[in-house]
This record gives sequence, structure tokens and C-alpha cells, in this order.
Amino acid sequence: MVAIVRFPGSLDHASAARAVAEAGGTVAWAWHRDRELPAGTASVLLPGGFSYGDHLRCGAIASRAPVMDAVRAHAEAGGLVLGVCNGFQILCEAGLLPGVLRANRTLSFVCRQVELEVEDAATPWTAGRPAGARLSVPIKHHDGAWFGDPAEGRVVLRYAGDNPNGSQEAVAGIANRAGNVLGLMPHPEEACDPLLGSVDGRVLIAPLAGAA
Amino acid sequence: MTTAQVPLHRRLGLTDDEAALIPRLLGREPNDTELVMFSLMWSEHCAYKHSRPLLGRFPTDGPRILQGPGENAGAIDVGDGVAVVFKIESHNHPSAVEPFEGAATGVGGIVRDILAMGARPIALLDSLRFGRLESARSRFLLRRVVAGIGHYGNCIGVPTVGGEVGFEDCYEDSCLVNAMCVGVVPAGRMLRAAAQGPGNHLVLIGNRTGRDGIGGASVLASTELSDDEDRRPSVQVSDPFTERKLMDCCLDLAERGLLTALQDLGAAGLTSAASEMAGKGGVGLEIDLDLVPLRETGMAPAEILVSESQERMLAEVEPERLGEVVARCAHWDLDATPVGRVTEGGRLVARAGGEVVADIPAALLTDEAPVYAVPMLPAEPPAPLDLAEVAEPADLGAALREALTRPALASRRWVYEQYDHLVGAETIRRPGGDAAVVRLPDGVRAIALGTDGAERHCQLDPRGGGRAAVCEAARNVACVGARPVAITNCLNFANPEKGSTGWRLAEVIAGMAEACEALGTPVVSGNVSLYNESAGRIIFPTPVVGMVGVLEDASMSVGHALRAAGDAIFLAGGGEPRLDGAAWLDEPRGRPEPPDLAAEAALCEFLARSADAGLLQAAHDVAAGGLAVALAESAIAGGVGAEVDLPPAPRADVAMFGESAGRVLVSARDEDEAALRALAGDVPFRRIGTAGGERLVLRACGRTAELALDEASEAWERAIPEALAA
Repeated sequence: MVAIVRFPGSLDHASAARAVAEAGGTVAWAWHRDRELPAGTASVLLPGGFSYGDHLRCGAIASRAPVMDAVRAHAEAGGLVLGVCNGFQILCEAGLLPGVLRANRTLSFVCRQVELEVEDAATPWTAGRPAGARLSVPIKHHDGAWFGDPAEGRVVLRYAGDNPNGSQEAVAGIANRAGNVLGLMPHPEEACDPLLGSVDGRVLIAPLAGAA
Repeated sequence: MTTAQVPLHRRLGLTDDEAALIPRLLGREPNDTELVMFSLMWSEHCAYKHSRPLLGRFPTDGPRILQGPGENAGAIDVGDGVAVVFKIESHNHPSAVEPFEGAATGVGGIVRDILAMGARPIALLDSLRFGRLESARSRFLLRRVVAGIGHYGNCIGVPTVGGEVGFEDCYEDSCLVNAMCVGVVPAGRMLRAAAQGPGNHLVLIGNRTGRDGIGGASVLASTELSDDEDRRPSVQVSDPFTERKLMDCCLDLAERGLLTALQDLGAAGLTSAASEMAGKGGVGLEIDLDLVPLRETGMAPAEILVSESQERMLAEVEPERLGEVVARCAHWDLDATPVGRVTEGGRLVARAGGEVVADIPAALLTDEAPVYAVPMLPAEPPAPLDLAEVAEPADLGAALREALTRPALASRRWVYEQYDHLVGAETIRRPGGDAAVVRLPDGVRAIALGTDGAERHCQLDPRGGGRAAVCEAARNVACVGARPVAITNCLNFANPEKGSTGWRLAEVIAGMAEACEALGTPVVSGNVSLYNESAGRIIFPTPVVGMVGVLEDASMSVGHALRAAGDAIFLAGGGEPRLDGAAWLDEPRGRPEPPDLAAEAALCEFLARSADAGLLQAAHDVAAGGLAVALAESAIAGGVGAEVDLPPAPRADVAMFGESAGRVLVSARDEDEAALRALAGDVPFRRIGTAGGERLVLRACGRTAELALDEASEAWERAIPEALAA
């Protein structure tokens, strides 16, 4: 079962739930005030949005929400955790992933379909896709420029071609050293439907849905 | 006369006659608090004093109409008991004063109108007009308005899927910011503003009340702008995070059936919300102002009554459900405060400190504002364009390249990439095409959404321009394969008491009404924004039409991009291109041809039927910039070149850049030509060329225009970023 954590200001939880269900997974909801994840949680998804209105810093308040202790425990026990966009920001603020997300180089919001390239193919997240494989997935963020020491984690995805936000070494998604926690700025849940132009996001949703 | 000597009613924006009418209606002199309430509710913005008599011309009924004008938003039936709710509204004057917050709160306000119907907002569109980008002020306004719209829309998680941006000198001082929101709700669960039962509670949900936005509707939105600095306190401040919580919370309450009526607090704040709820329900309301949660101390009763603090809703709740409502609001981290009760008798009563501070029959506020006939002074029709006065370009390829670099015609990517147009994962056709396509929650149907004005046409011929605005919006929706169903509109005009503006308003409305009747697309909601002028600059008549169309099968939508080399290219529709009113000229000049309404209706139906049959590879409205620009846009979007022979015209530049209503560029597989011709019937349908190659080649009047596709693309994409970098 995939626990999707909802904070006040979460926006992409419903489309994430749809993508998980279409990938064959079952969704259970977790609320920011919960102290435990739903019984039977096998993997966790922190969806995109503007948790707590991005007040203070993106993800800063959410990273200290009661539910995050349970998410941390799940991650430390080796369970899969995926943070998308604001979820990525929350994971960095919580110290579950290295680095920080800074404002885009353009200082403006950017919503665009981008090409990603698989860098480290040995994590659970891109199973079946070799290093160098391309994925077409949209981005939509104002603070998406990852900055940090890539050696503190594993770079799973880079932007191919133009780097849309000026992130260090074109990092689009980075996992912890163990590989079970992944954060990425692009939105795989919005690339799971042929009518929306790409189904490449399924690659990243499938491991969550298939986790036992 | 010093400020202190000016009578209060004049400082509040009421005329002497209006001030004299109030005691006659009320049977006594109003106290100062009541006078403030009258001044807001009788403002142009709230009461439509100068436009109401003209708006009756619009057709508002039809088989699919569930809710026409008069509610917070209109609604149509899209089938299977699903209602699509929508409205467009202006936030022009606040945006001219403080563009970021003005535009942001414009989005917030229209979203709450949809929410008040119990509907989930699923799409936003924004129609914008600025002065030319050579002006530093216009560049500033464009940047800040787009940032403000993005800030709000992105944060509340409603995709901004479309709209338009135009640049003309006449908008230099009076920029236009019109925001449209579209929502969806099971028809049986649609909420209304009318309060229903005496004894029920009035619950104020959301933000606390402060001094922001006081007098916004009367002082800011109902007069010409003069000195911006003095107006700033009347612009509200946005809090999209609270708006998102308000959305989640109100939809939760509505889905649980806990509310009997819901109303947003917009212009004139609590006064307007309460009097609308009472007036529509034929009941009274009593409000205890001491219970209203305040952001600051020492607020006078009148300030609490008319504050335009954002992100607030007023709900009617039956007594036995109050506890659950308050508990659900607490779940969403929102204040929910019972501030009053519904009463018998139709009076709006406000108390503070145990005293009655206002006691007014609600209907006096909502229905009894005086209505004024505007002067009907026809403008002299302009002379037809003399082509001899327009230089014909020596190099047609260079002329096309130059046209693509004009902000009026260039790519809008710089704008729409700052908006999250994908959130919700239902955006099937993204911004940049003729209309956006958004799938409905049933997963099968989709709606097509577009906005259009036709301000150049309206300036030269308001009746024909009014028709053109509706027809272009319908064509755009038909180009993506949808059937146009209904419109909302925002009428942006100058001061109707001066010159020919009143006549132009009447003519535009008449032209729009004729087109709505011919196309079967009634008006379900709308807004009027007058006084968009300043010393020396009068805006063109700018009716913005927001069109909603329905696609029975979301997977059958059509894009505007050329798809494959070898596809045939056709021109559907038969208008004669002219440079009269065309974007190719620096200023609107000449006499554009009024749209042929029967031909427009036939063209729309042909497009929808062709899309249903899966015969269209691409379709694109021939609009500003004429056939050459339309072809370039389709080619750039598809990364496929094209070679075409343009239909006969007086000159090659007229063939390329001339405009006329009722023409659509269509591309199809070669083998589908016969089937399309059969569907076209009486709609003129002519093959003009073939897609393929890496160049645009256009032949007209014995001359040839050639432009490499990558050069066209680069010119078109870089134009607005470069204009802004100046």
C-alpha cells in the first residue's frame, strides 16, 4: 500500500493517487497531523504543492509536521519514499536527502515538459531503464534548483539538454546513499497518461505501487 | 472646498441625486455607516448603473443552461448530470495601481465565485491587455501581472490553461486584467447564494477581516484613474494558501451537504455578501459585528461591513449542523465563526456594542440603485482603407519574419510557462493552441476553453467587432474539435458618460447578442468594467468573450500543430482577407468585414463533425496576422514546414497578412480529402498546399515568400523575452 501524505496546501495528491492506482497500487491517505503511517504502508509518496503556503521556506514547516517522524522511521527502516517537487523540498529540509532547493536561476516559475536522463540505474526507482535512458516528464516550480554535494547521495536523474532551473550539475532527482529515498522536481504523476503526452512517469511510480 | 467641507456622500462616490434618493427609499436619513453601505452597493462596480439596461439584450437561455446571469457564476449541463460552472471578471483598476496584488486577488475573487456555486475549480484563463512593450511601464505591468497571476493560481493548484495578451497604446494607462474560472459540480449539488431559512446561522469562514480593500469597488473600480499613489490602500492583499484551504474546506462542506447557501465576500465585502444572500432569498439577516474575527483593533462598524479582505466566505448553516461545520473547518485549519442569523422580513441589520448600527431593507441595496441611460452618440464610421497608402513589402519572407517578432503576434510562451497549466493532470491541450482542452472528472468528456476580444474590429465597427469576438471564440473552440455551448463575458470600456462610448457599448452588446443567437451560445455570466480611461487615453471597446465548448470524447481533440510531411493543407471558410483592422498595420484602420454569422455557425459545425470523425490532423484559426502567421504557427508547433498557394487577393501582402472572420487552416491526411469535402457541404473548402520540408513557402499574386522554419521559430519565440529585456 502506498501512503500519500497530505499537508495543508498539498496540490498533486489526487493526480498522484490516480497514477498509483493505474500502476496497480493501493492508496492510503496520511494527514500532516498523524503520528503514524496507515497500517500496511509499504511505500510513501510526498506529493507536490505549496505545503503551508511555502511560508518560511519551501518545505520547511512540513518537514517538522508530526507525520514526518513516521516518514523518517519508514525511510530508516529501508522503506521506499518518493518526494515530488514540494515533496523533494520537504525531504531535503527534513535531512532525509542531501542538499537544498534554491530559487530557479531565472527567478521565475517555470512549467515545461523536459527530458530527463537516467544517471544511476542501480536504485529501485528506474528499474528496467539503463543509464542514459530518456524520460519526458513535466516540471513546474519556482524553487527547483538543487544545490549540494552530489557525493552525499546518488544522482538518479539529470536534465538532458537545457537545465531549466540552474541546478548543480543539472540534477533533477537525487536519492540517499541507500537508494530507498528519492526526491525529484519533475512530476511523474503528470506523465502517466497517453492523452497528456507522455507515459514515462510510470517508470517512477511503478516501484512505489509494486512495493511490498 | 477642503476635504472636510465635501459632503460625506460625495467623498464616498455618490451623486447628490443618489444621496437624496436614499432617505426617500429608507423613510429616514441614513446614518454614516448606512451611507457607506449604500455607496458601495450602488457603485458602478456592484450595481451596473450604466450598463444594466443594455445587458438585457443578451440571450441567456437554452437547453443546456442550468444557471444564467444573476448568480455568482453561470452553469451549463454537459451531460450525465454534470454541471460546468464558469465566469469571467475584471480586476483592471487594482492591477493598474498594484499589478502583482491586483492580478493575484483578481484570480482569487473569481475562484471564490465558482466555489460559491459548490463547484470544484478546474481551470483558469486570463485575458490581458497592456500598452506597447516599448514602454517601461507596460513592461513592468506585464511582468508583475503575470507574476501575480502565477503566484496565486500556482499556489491554489488550479491550472491556468489559456487566455490572451494584447498590446496597444490605448492600454498604456488602463491595463486590462480579466480572469476566468471554470468549475465542475454534480448539477444536483450546485449551491446558490439565496439564504433559505429564518433561524439558520451565518458562518464566516476563512481569513480575518482587516482594513484592506476598503472602498475598492466604489472608489477604485467605478471612476477614472487619476493619481495612482492615493489609491493604493484600496487594493487588497492576497493569501493563496488560505484560499486553497478555503477551497478544500468549502468543497468538503458542500459534499457533505452541510450548507444551505454559500456566498463569497468580494467587492463591498460583508455588506454585499449579506445583502445578496438576503435579497435573493427574500429573507433578512442579522449580523453581530462584535463576533467578526478582526485582524486589527479599533475598526469602525462601517469598516468591518465593507472591508474587502480576501479569502472569506459566508455560509448559511442549519442550527443542527453548526457543530459539524465548525469541526470540519477546524480540520482544515480555518476559522469558522457564527456571526449572525437569518431572519424573517428582509432587513439587513448589523449590531455593534449592543447597538444597531445599520438597519436597511436588503432589496434597497441590491435592487434599487438608480439606473442611467448612457448617451447614444454614434461615432463616425471610418473610411475604408486605401491600399495605395500601405507600402507593399519588397521581401515577403523578411516581412513574415518581421511579423513573427512583433509582440502582438509572437509566441506567448514567456507568459504561460510562468503558470502551472498542468496541475490536476487533466490538461489535454496546453496553452499555445486555439483553445485549451481539459478533461472532466468522468474521464471521458472534456471541455474546450478560450478567451477572445476583437478590440481593433470593435474600435472600427463596434457591431461587427462584437460579433467577431464571439465568432472567434467559437471558432477557437471548434478548432480543437469541441462544440461551442455558452459564453461568459467581460465588457471593458471607457467612461460611458463621455463621447461615443455609450453607443459603442450598446453596439458591441448588440453584435455579441446576434452572434450568440446565431451560434446557439447563450451568455451565462459576465462582468462590466467601465471608466477604463485616463486623461488623453481611451481604451478600445474590449469585450472579452470566454467560450466553453464540449467534447464528448476527450481523446478526439485536435491540435494546431502540423503533424506529418505529406499531409494536405486546406483553407476552410470563405471570408475575403483585408488589411482593414488587421494586426499587420500599426494602428486599427479601415472597415473590417463583419462576420457572416450563418457561415460561422456552419464552419464550427463542420470542424466539430470532422473532429468527431477523426479526419483532422490539425486545425488552426486564421486570426491576427492572417494566413501567413497562422501557417507559421502551425508549422513551428509541429516542426514541419509547408508549401502553399494562397487564394487570390488584391496584393500578396493582403493575401498573407489580411484578416477576415470565418477562416480556418485545416490539415489532413491526403486520403481523407474526399471525406472532408463531403462533410464541408456549403462551407468553402479549398486545398492550398502540403506540409513538409524545413521551409515555409507561400505563393501569392505571382510572388513567393520563403522563410526557413528554424528562423521563423527563433524569431517568434524570442520576440517577447527580447522586448522585455529592453
